[in-house]
Amino acid sequence: MSIAAKANALWEYANPRKFLATSERVLPFFWITSGACLVVGLVWGFFFTPDDYKQGSTVKIIYLHVPAALMAINCWLMMLATSLVWLVRRHHVSALAARAAAPIGIVMTLIALATGAIWGQPMWGTWWAWDPRLTSFLILFLFYLGYVALWEAIEDSDTAADLTSVLCLVGSVFAILSRYAVNFWNQGLHQGASVMRAGAITGTDTEEKVSNIYFYPLLLCIVGFVLLFIALVLYRTGTEIRARRIKALLTRERVNG
Amino acid sequence: MIPDLGKYADTVLWSYVVSIGLLIVLVGFSVIRGRKVRAEMEKVEQRMTRNG
Repeated sequence: MSIAAKANALWEYANPRKFLATSERVLPFFWITSGACLVVGLVWGFFFTPDDYKQGSTVKIIYLHVPAALMAINCWLMMLATSLVWLVRRHHVSALAARAAAPIGIVMTLIALATGAIWGQPMWGTWWAWDPRLTSFLILFLFYLGYVALWEAIEDSDTAADLTSVLCLVGSVFAILSRYAVNFWNQGLHQGASVMRAGAITGTDTEEKVSNIYFYPLLLCIVGFVLLFIALVLYRTGTEIRARRIKALLTRERVNG
Repeated sequence: MIPDLGKYADTVLWSYVVSIGLLIVLVGFSVIRGRKVRAEMEKVEQRMTRNG
C-alpha cells in the first residue's frame, strides 16, 4: 500500500462506528501493556535504583515527574493535531478526541507541577519559583482548565468544537514554551533537558545527562505513560461518541413526539 | 520492604502517593463515566427500537 493510500485509510477512523469497533479491539492491549510497563518501571525505579550522590533518594521522583511533564506537553500537541483536523475536515471524532484528552492533560500537568514542587522544596529550598519553565507549565495548566470550561459552557457542540480548537491553537504557544523555555531564557532554577536530548542519549555532548542506572527504568515509565495516555484517549473518545449519540437520539425522539 | 529513603523519605513518598492517587482517580472516573454512558445509550436505543 502506498503512503497516500495509507493516509487515506486513516480517514476511515473518522467514522464513529469504525472508530468504536477498532478501539474496542485494541484497548485491552493498551490497558495491559501500560499497566505492566508502569508497575515494572516504578518498582524497578523505586526499589532497585541507588540514591543519587547529589539529590539523595529524591532522584526517585524522576520516574513520575518526567513522564507526566512529557505527556502534559504532548497531550496538548495531540489536541492541536485533532483540533486542526476538525477545523479543516469537520470530522466529529477528531473534535471529540481533543475533548476526551483534555482532562488527561490536566492530570498530567498537575502531577508534573505537584511532584516538581515536592521535589523542589528540598533541592531548591522553595516549593515554587517564577522560573520560565515552571511559569509556562502553570499557564499551560490554566489553558487546560479554560479549554474544558469552554466545552462545558457552550450548548451547541459544533460551536464548542470551533471555539475550543481556536483556544487550542493559541495555547500551543505555551505547550511549546513549556518544553523550550529553559533554552529560550537561560535563567531560573529548573535545569535544561537531561533525558530527551539527542546528544545526551548518544553521548556526543559533554553536558550532564541522566545515568543509565536511572535512564532504563525511566524509559519504561515513559513508555507506560504513553501507552496509558493512548488507552485513556481511546476509551474516553468512545465515551464522548456515545454521549453525542445519546444527545442526537433524544433530540430525534423529541422532534418525533 | 521499603528502601531506606533517608531524610527525604516524606518527599519521595508524598510524590508517589499524590501521583499514583491522581492517576487512579483519572482512570476510575473515566471508566465509571464510560460505563454509565454506555448503559444509558443502550437504554435509549432499546426504547427507540420499541417505540419504532
